[in-house]
Amino acid sequence: MRPDSGYRLYHPKWYRRRMPIFWWLGKFSYTKFITREMTSMAVAYGGLLLLAQIWMLGRGEQAYQSFLSWLRLPAVLAFHLALLAAVLLHTITWLNLAPQALVVRLGGRRIPDGVILAGHYLAWLVASAAVAWLLLGR
Amino acid sequence: MEKTVILQVRRYRPETESEPGWQSYEVPLRRDWMVLDALNYIKDHLDGSLSYRWACRMGVCGSCGMMVNGEPVLTCATYLEKLLPGPIRVEPLRGFPVIRDLVGDLTDFLAKLKSIQPWIVRQDQPAPAGEYLQTPQQLAEYKQYSMCINCMLCYAACPIYELEPEFIGPAAIALAQRYNMDSRDQGHQERMDVLSQHDGIWSCTFVGECTEVCPKDVDPAGAIQRYKVAATIDWFKSILLPWAKR
Repeated sequence: MRPDSGYRLYHPKWYRRRMPIFWWLGKFSYTKFITREMTSMAVAYGGLLLLAQIWMLGRGEQAYQSFLSWLRLPAVLAFHLALLAAVLLHTITWLNLAPQALVVRLGGRRIPDGVILAGHYLAWLVASAAVAWLLLGR
Repeated sequence: MEKTVILQVRRYRPETESEPGWQSYEVPLRRDWMVLDALNYIKDHLDGSLSYRWACRMGVCGSCGMMVNGEPVLTCATYLEKLLPGPIRVEPLRGFPVIRDLVGDLTDFLAKLKSIQPWIVRQDQPAPAGEYLQTPQQLAEYKQYSMCINCMLCYAACPIYELEPEFIGPAAIALAQRYNMDSRDQGHQERMDVLSQHDGIWSCTFVGECTEVCPKDVDPAGAIQRYKVAATIDWFKSILLPWAKR
């Protein structure tokens, strides 16, 4: 049927439900999806926190020290631990989706999902180890 | 006495009602009966005014998709026995405007399907004589996506489509991939022009439910994500190699 056929125009009335605001609470998979999307805010916050730290470093030693002591406040520490959990959740759920998006063929054969998944986790591990070495390895 | 089960069916009669309501029917519970058999029993014996779509009764035509207990399913492939003790709730597919009872308006989907040119596009005119040859490996590239029966369960499972009806949707994109990955096709760029828009692949936020409900294991969510990767590579190529033929 052509989209301009006027079908809808001549129909007496069709019913369209209004999507409830909390539609994502109705089904576990939808809730999981929204949680994954919302935890990306924690990832963005992590990036901003790092920028703030660099900015404070540029403002001199005193500013940096006061920033560090703010980071050590129990309330801030607890907040950041909760955000760390959110970032981990985001990372794991995101990595688990990778095989569906990445189809790699080698020699006419599709590389199994497990291998793609393992590659992603390995890359995450290597990057984390490199950061840990930079921070603690001296 | 014969066992029975209660079906609660969503009814909408636009000539008398402004909103849909529920109507209950008691139908016999017979072994190997599907939800569609129960609906046909209602239509034949209890209430001839009930409207719904169906055709093949064997999971091929894709017309009998409905929400059963809140899940989009093919009613011809859903056993009543698996839904006991009931009552079993039957509603029209979510996300589509309801014309009557369990019948949704699919005009929007058909227009979107046409926009992605779901046929083999060739640039060589006139077409060369003889058939286009294809190896089994080339067939395997797209075969999964060619299994789509347009049942629209994936649209009913997609919250994005209901929130943003402009979204071109899972099945249309999976079918675009079916032709893009076909070695005989040359319409990739034309489809990319439609699908790389905001209402195309970029509206998808990867909820993944379309793949879960697909009765033919088409994996539309995977098709969309693969298209995103391809579109991104395409974009980088056009930036880095603007002189190259796209």
